[in-house]
Order: sequence, then C-alpha cells, then structure tokens
Amino acid sequence: MADEITLEVARYRPELESEPVMESFQVPLREHWAVLDGLTYVKDQLDGTLSFRWSCRMGICGSCGMTVNGEPQLSCATFLTDYAPGPVRVEPLRNFPVIRDLVIDIDDFMTKLPEVKPWIIRDVHSPVEEGEYLQTPQELDEYQQFSMCINCMLCYSACPVYSLEPDFIGPAAIALAQRYNLDSRDEGAEERRAVLSSPEGIWACTFVGECSAACPKGVDPAGAIQRYKLTAATRSIKDLLMPRSRR
Amino acid sequence: MNRRPGPEPLLWMLFSSGGMVAALMIPILLFLFGIAFPLGLLSPPDHSHLFAVLRNPITRLVLFGLCALALFHWAHRFRFTLYDGLQLKRYGAPIVVLCYGGAVVGTVIAAVLLIRL
Amino acid sequence: MSTYQRPLALFWWLERRSYLLFVLRELSAVFVAWFVVYLLLLVNAVSDGAASYQEFLDWSGRRWVVAVNVLAMLFVLLHAITWFGLAPRAMVIRVRGRRLPPVQVVAAHYLAWLVLSAVVAWLVLR
Repeated sequence: MADEITLEVARYRPELESEPVMESFQVPLREHWAVLDGLTYVKDQLDGTLSFRWSCRMGICGSCGMTVNGEPQLSCATFLTDYAPGPVRVEPLRNFPVIRDLVIDIDDFMTKLPEVKPWIIRDVHSPVEEGEYLQTPQELDEYQQFSMCINCMLCYSACPVYSLEPDFIGPAAIALAQRYNLDSRDEGAEERRAVLSSPEGIWACTFVGECSAACPKGVDPAGAIQRYKLTAATRSIKDLLMPRSRR
Repeated sequence: MNRRPGPEPLLWMLFSSGGMVAALMIPILLFLFGIAFPLGLLSPPDHSHLFAVLRNPITRLVLFGLCALALFHWAHRFRFTLYDGLQLKRYGAPIVVLCYGGAVVGTVIAAVLLIRL
Repeated sequence: MSTYQRPLALFWWLERRSYLLFVLRELSAVFVAWFVVYLLLLVNAVSDGAASYQEFLDWSGRRWVVAVNVLAMLFVLLHAITWFGLAPRAMVIRVRGRRLPPVQVVAAHYLAWLVLSAVVAWLVLR
C-alpha cells in the first residue's frame, strides 16, 4: 500500500477567487484515517488557512458533510483507504452557497426546520406527577427510523428538486415532521399539515430517491414524503367530500 | 410562501392510481397488440371475438378507467419532467394547460370511442 | 458575505447515473400516453368493422410501428418494475394490526401483475 494519497480540495477564498479552485495536498494514507483526518492533517501541517466544519468525528453531530468524489458523504465516516490509490476529490456539499473552502451556508435549512415543528405537540400537557407518556415497542417502531436523522443535510445535497426549487422544504425536514406525526405521543399532525402539504412541501418531490440513498443513518426521507402524500391526498379528498367535518 | 394545498392532492391521486393501473395492465396489452400479433409470435384474435370482448360493458369500463388514469399519470409526470428535467418551470401555466388539458381531451375521446363501440 | 453558488447544468441529470435513471423512469410516462393512443386506435378500428380491424393489423406490423412499440415496451417495463419496487416505501399495509414487510408488499404487486396479465391474455386469446 502506498503511504501517501492526494487530496484534491476545493478552495474558495472570496477575497482571492470569484469561484472555487482545486488545490492538491499529499497526506499520509493510514488505515484508520477518514477524509476528515486527511483534512485535519492539511490544516495542522500544510496549510492552516483551510476551512472546514467538524465536531464529533464519529458520525453523530452531522457537521462534516462534504462532497467526496462527487458523492455527498460525512467526511468523518469516509475512509481514505477506500479511495486508494486516489486522488480523492473533496468539495463542499452541493446545493448550498459556499462561504469559504468547504464551509457552506446552512441558514436555509435552519429556517425551514422549525417550520415543520419537529417536536412533540400535545393538546393538553399532563402534569409530571401523572408519569410518562407510555409507548409500546410497536408504537416506537412506527417512527424510530426517522428519529435517526442527525441534520447533516446530505439529503439536501443529493436532492435535485432542492437544487431546482430552493423553496422546497426538503427531505430531512419532512422526514422529521413525519417522525413526530407517527409518534403515538404527538398530537401536532394538524399543525404541521399546512406547511407539509403546501406546493413547497411534499408536492414538489418527484421521488428521485437520492435523499434516502445519501442518508448516512439509514433514514428513508423519500419514503416518508410519499407516505405523507398518500395521507394528505386522502385527507384533502375527504375534506372535499365532507367539507363540514373537522378532524 | 403559498401555503394552500390547491389541486395538487387530487392530481397526485390521479397520477398514482394511473401509475398503478398502467404498471399492472399496459405491459400485457402492449405485448399482445404491439409486439406479439404484429410480429406473428401469436395469431391475432378474429374481429368478431375481439368485438364481443370489447363490447362487454365491464371491458369498456375497465378500458375507460385505464385510458383516463394513464393519461393523467402521463400529464403529471410529464409536467414535472418539463419543470425539473428541462428547467421550464417559468412556463408553468402553458405546461399545465398542455398536460392536464391533453389528458382531459384524451379522456373525452376515449369515452366517445368506447361508448359508440 | 459573498458566497459562491455552483451553477446548475441544464442537463443536470447527465451528471449521475441515478439521476439519468430517474429521468428515464419519468419519461416512461410518454410511452404510457403513446399506448393509450395506440389502444384507442385499435378500439376505433374494431368498432368500424372487420375490414378496418385488418387495416389496423397491417399498420401495426409496419417496421416503425413495431420499433416504437418495442421501445415503449422497454419503458413500460421500466415503469412497472420501478413502480412496484417503490410501492412499499410509499404505502404501509397492515394485516391484523401488523405491518406487512416490504418484500411481501412487492411480492403482492407482482402477483397481482401476473394474475391480471393472465386474465387479459385469456380474454383476448381464448
């Protein structure tokens, strides 16, 4: 095994370049090194000005998403040896404005996420003394998959609809809305409905399915969206036939 | 942002039921009448038999459902293919008229042809 | 803050195999519409009598018509296979309160496909 590998890293320094340029770095090729370790090596040893986001280094914080050889990946969970002999092309996540080097602007997602109210909503909160809201394993199973989302935005990066239609609420936000809609303790489905079933919500999705393919946590946002389409369509046809009935 | 659902749920219902009917019914019909009979792999049914089958009210109803739903399936998918695949969303209004209007016209033609059978 | 936004190619779906497959899947709808036209031509010919039915059969044997239909067949099969494959992700089917595993949902679709195809073939060929 060669002991070095080439990282081709996208550099964008607004004060220097009007669009990103690629810069190559030689980094050690070690067995347990992820792409993120390679980038850290560059920053520590070769060029301290390289900018990128990371935090936990164990695939749970969701901050180190990057485009590695054209695919959206968590750079901490993507190993250099899998790309040997290289080179490995590291670019910022697609579909987001680039602030600097590998750092993207996540404001759009951060604005959209709370719109779907991804938290448990109750009509009446029962007092703490009454104990927990109980849930059976089957009820947990209904939404557990969707609760694995770490907000890493790889699904937005993989979604062509999001790149074409920036207003699209997007895979993760809708999957998280479904995570709460399908939770037996939650009573907020009605509050989420207007946003989810707007033209910028589920109806913009054409089931490309790339969001689910890109998800590093095995969430199926594409499936969540189609399931909600069925729910919303059934519901609005019911409303059409019986306009006076509520809930 | 516009938060009203509008006609999308209904259009999607038509699209998805059309997709289901198309997937279940079209392959065999297309194989028989588009490939097997023209290429002589199977001999085509004679006119009186086919006429009798087609005149059956159930056949006519099924074929009407198939034509109408399959056309709305086309309309919906084609609309989004033009929107996304060719980035023509700015021409949304004429595309909608072309797609769903086409499906409505096709449905009327199908109804007329099947009724006068 | 001056950010950089990567421009989107007009034919963005040529950049990835999965995107291309998606666009082909969506284009299958064009051939679904073609089939409806073809079917209505057949219905019209049959209702006009034996002679015009024979004319339709002759026309349907022309090389370009067969070519279009073979191509349509490939696209319709792509539609059917992708449709059945995606079905269990779009719908959750419960039997006696238990959620049916995705494999069984797909299998049920193929079974329905088989049965319906057999019924249609029997009706036409008997």
